[in-house]
Parts: sequence; C-alpha cells; structure tokens
Amino acid sequence: MIDVENLTIRFGPRSPLVVKGVSFSVERGKSFGLVGESGCGKSTVLRAISGLNRNYGGRISLDGKPLEPERSKAFFRDVQMVFQDPYGSLHPRKTVRSQLIEPLRNQNLPIKENAVADVLKAVGLDPSLGYRFPHQLSGGQRQRVAIARALILDPPVLLLDEPTSALDVSVQAEILNLLADLQKERGLTYLLVSHDMAVIAHLCSRVAIMNGGEIVEETGIDQIRSGHVQHPYSQRLLSASRAYGKQEMRPAEIMSSA
Amino acid sequence: MTMPISHPRPTPPGLRGWLLAPEPKGTLHALLQQFYQGWLKFREHPLGVVGLVVILILIVTAAAAPLLTQYDPVAQNMAIRLAPPSWEHLLGTDNFGRDVFSRIIYGARTTLDIIILVTIIVAPIGLLIGTCSGYFGGIVDEVLMRITDIFLSFPGLVLALGFAAALGPGITNAIIAISLTAWPPIARLARAETLSLRQMDYIAAVRLQGASSGAIILRHILPMCIPSVIVRVTLNMAGIILTAAGLGFLGLGAQPPWPEWGAMAATGREFMLDSPWVIAAPGLAIAAVSLAFNLVGDALRDVLDPRGGE
Repeated sequence: MIDVENLTIRFGPRSPLVVKGVSFSVERGKSFGLVGESGCGKSTVLRAISGLNRNYGGRISLDGKPLEPERSKAFFRDVQMVFQDPYGSLHPRKTVRSQLIEPLRNQNLPIKENAVADVLKAVGLDPSLGYRFPHQLSGGQRQRVAIARALILDPPVLLLDEPTSALDVSVQAEILNLLADLQKERGLTYLLVSHDMAVIAHLCSRVAIMNGGEIVEETGIDQIRSGHVQHPYSQRLLSASRAYGKQEMRPAEIMSSA
Repeated sequence: MTMPISHPRPTPPGLRGWLLAPEPKGTLHALLQQFYQGWLKFREHPLGVVGLVVILILIVTAAAAPLLTQYDPVAQNMAIRLAPPSWEHLLGTDNFGRDVFSRIIYGARTTLDIIILVTIIVAPIGLLIGTCSGYFGGIVDEVLMRITDIFLSFPGLVLALGFAAALGPGITNAIIAISLTAWPPIARLARAETLSLRQMDYIAAVRLQGASSGAIILRHILPMCIPSVIVRVTLNMAGIILTAAGLGFLGLGAQPPWPEWGAMAATGREFMLDSPWVIAAPGLAIAAVSLAFNLVGDALRDVLDPRGGE
C-alpha cells in the first residue's frame, strides 16, 4: 500500500541528513510499526509520507503510484494522520462538530446530515458531544475526536504518530483497542510510529527498528515477542523496554545484558 | 453549629440553566454558553464592569441624543454667552451661547463614530496583514513587515497630524488618518500569534485535509488571533480617542460648528479662568471614556487570555 524507497530528509540545505535512506513497504490492511528512541527520525519519516514535509529525497508511492512531494488534494482522501497530542491537535475554539465537518468542506464533499453522528459513534463517543468545545472533553475523548476527524474522509490509510503516548495508561489501552477494532471493521492500513514496544506489539504485524535516521532491522512481531532480533541495537532496545518499570534491572545490567 | 453538607449543585432552571447545561444542543447554544462563561469571568473584575457601564452610557447617549436634551447643539444665542451652569443649562454655555451639555451629548456621537469606524477599518487590515505575514513567511513576511515598520517608525500622533493635514481637515479624514496609524501594532500582534499557531498540530491537521492557505488563514488562524486583537484594540482605543481629540483640538478633526470634544476643549481654553465649565466638561468626557476603554481592555485581557483557564 505504501512503499518508501531510499527516503532522505534534511532540515535546511547544508545541514546533515536526519533520515538517511530509509526503505520499507506497508501491506494493504496490515499495520506496520516504526519504533525507535526519541530523535531517531521516525516521526520525521511519517511527516514526509503525510505530505507535511515536502523537502525529502527518494521515493514514496501509494498503491504503486509514485507521489509528488506537493501532494494532490485527492491524496488526503486516501491518507489521514492522527497526531500525538490530542490537546494540541484539536482547534480550541471550534466545536467538535465543526472540526469534523471541516475535512468534508475542504475536500468539497457533500455534508450528510448524520455524518458527524455516525463517525462519533464509530469511535465510541456519544453524538451529543458534538457541540462541545475541546476543553470540555477528556484527553481520551479528544483523541477519539481526532481519530474521528481522520476517519470522516474514509481513508484506507491512517498514519498514527504516537497516538497514545500523551494519554494515561488506562486510556491508552482503550484507544489501542479502538484502533484495532476500526482496522478490523474497515480494513484500514496503519503506519504506526511509537517508542513504546508494547503499543507496537499490540497493533502491528511487522516492525522496523530505527536508530540514528536509519532502519537497523525490519522484522515480524513474533520475533520481537520472542526476542529473536539480530541487530545489537534492536537487542538493546528490546531488553531496555522489557526492563522498564522492573526494579531488579539497573541501567548497568541492561547494558551488559545486551 | 453543624457544617452544611454540600450537595452536587443541581443545574439551575430557566435561562441560566440553559446557559450552563453540560450538553449544548446546537452551535448557537454552544456559542452563547461560551459567551456566558466569558461574562461570568468578566463580572469578577469590578473596574471592568465600571468601564463597561461608562461605554454603555456613551452608546445610549449617542443613540438617544435628541431625547436627552432640548437644545440644538449648534444653535447660537449670544445673549446667554458663557453662562455658568444652571438648571436651564446644566453645564453652562460656551462663547457662542451654545448649550455645553447638549454639545457633550451630541459629541458622544462623533466619538462613537470615530471608535466604530477606526475599529472596523483597523482590525481587518491589521489581522489580514499580520496573519498573511506570519503564515506565509519568507518574502511575503519581509515585504509586509517592512511596510509595517515604516508606519511604526513615526509617532502615532505626528503621523496622524501629517495625514490629516495632507488630506485636509474634516472628521472623515481624521478617521482615515487615525486608522493609518493604528493598524501596525495590530498587524504585529497578529503576526506573532500566527507564527506560534502555524506550528500547531491542529493547523497541520487542516493542511492534511487539503485546505487552501486562504481557508486555513481565514477559518482557522484568524479566529485564534481575534481575542488578542479585541483586547489590543480596546486598550488602544484610549489612545485613538485622545488622538481624535488632539486632531480636533488642532482644528484638523470635526469642523465647527459640529460638536467634537477635542475641538470644544480647544475653544474652552481661551475662557478657562473665567468660565472653566467650557473646557472642563469635554475634558472630563474624554478622560472618562478613555479610562473606561482601558478598564474594559484590562478585564477583557483576563477573560480572553488563551492561556487562562482552558
């Protein structure tokens, strides 16, 4: 569904490469995870695919067709994005309803009477929330609205930029389950960026591990679960993620166990 | 003494209940609720409320001027020249025997004219230039901001004087002159707001819907700049009123015999020692209205501050 070939990104003409030739493919109807520590370039890759960042080298294709850096209006009906922080991704002075209608208006699509109610129900929200402002919603509700906004154009592909990392733990699980259910119902293709192995493992079937602007290893989720990863960085990342929250592992042990 | 047990407050019935209902039933309902929340916050500033009352008095006075006074503001009567305040002439008469009270009342219309016209000229120009400059950046930003800098580099009153002198005296030209000097700070403010807004994810989300730049600026960025522009314009209004009065004082504003507070103060100056009411009345009116706008602006800043509350 999405093919990325030798993607390179730099911020500014003479600055060093942030993303150094990344290639991967996402199958239709599957979830692909990009995982790595902060600053490894995973969100930058996502922003380039979404069309927010037009200054990239290499090739990005959707459904076999190569894309221009300046995306066409029709592209956005195929690919939508869910942002990390639901407190920053909703317009603070617009009601939920008007934010959900906005994508339809921008794409010059007819606005059906129950479009908003339908999409709110699809993300597990009561349609009566439609006339609230974002500050009258909880973090989890906001993220559901953000997902609804991405879904209202009925795109086959969703780009998810750390969709749960700004939420607290109980809400994270709800949102992840919602995303999993939506994928099953609608046959969506996900490209998920996260630093959280657990989130990736919950949703994705294939995973690419990024470090320093490069993909060091691409592997299946079973290999991640069983710990059978090849690259030393992948092993370190995996053991660090397992040790997270456990008392008995000290940073030094994590390093030595790698 | 027993402590009262606090029950969860039931939603009050009637209009208040409707305004505080947790589930707005429509867009208008939601907007009115927002407005009501704002009013509740505004009400906590007693000085702001005082200022608002003064502004309301100004508006009512301007609207109902013929009902509030029996005298024609321009009718001269040399027989009662410079008469002191009395029950017949509440604020006395001026050097042509015109009733000062009715001139103040009708002068409120002139002042309100200036306020409204300057606002509807200045706010859109400033907003449009500022948001375009901030959103597009690069060469557009450079050109628009250098133009703004040119206007900003002159003191407002001097620039207004220059324009008023060049365009010729008269109330319309005074309004144009004041507007030309009042938009640059608004543009600067809108630009600064836009610079931080365009980094926000909710603007990125709209870009990812394929929205045009025009739609993004008008529908998504502009509404976010409006609150701070309202505050700025309200706080600048005192300066605008004083500039208008200054132009009137120098004979470049409203032309005699039409009553304008600045021009009235200018005539009163000659008789200040013998007949102080001629200058005191318009002076106090100018001071009261300017102060009122400042107080309201201060209170509005707290109410509309995007960082407060939400």
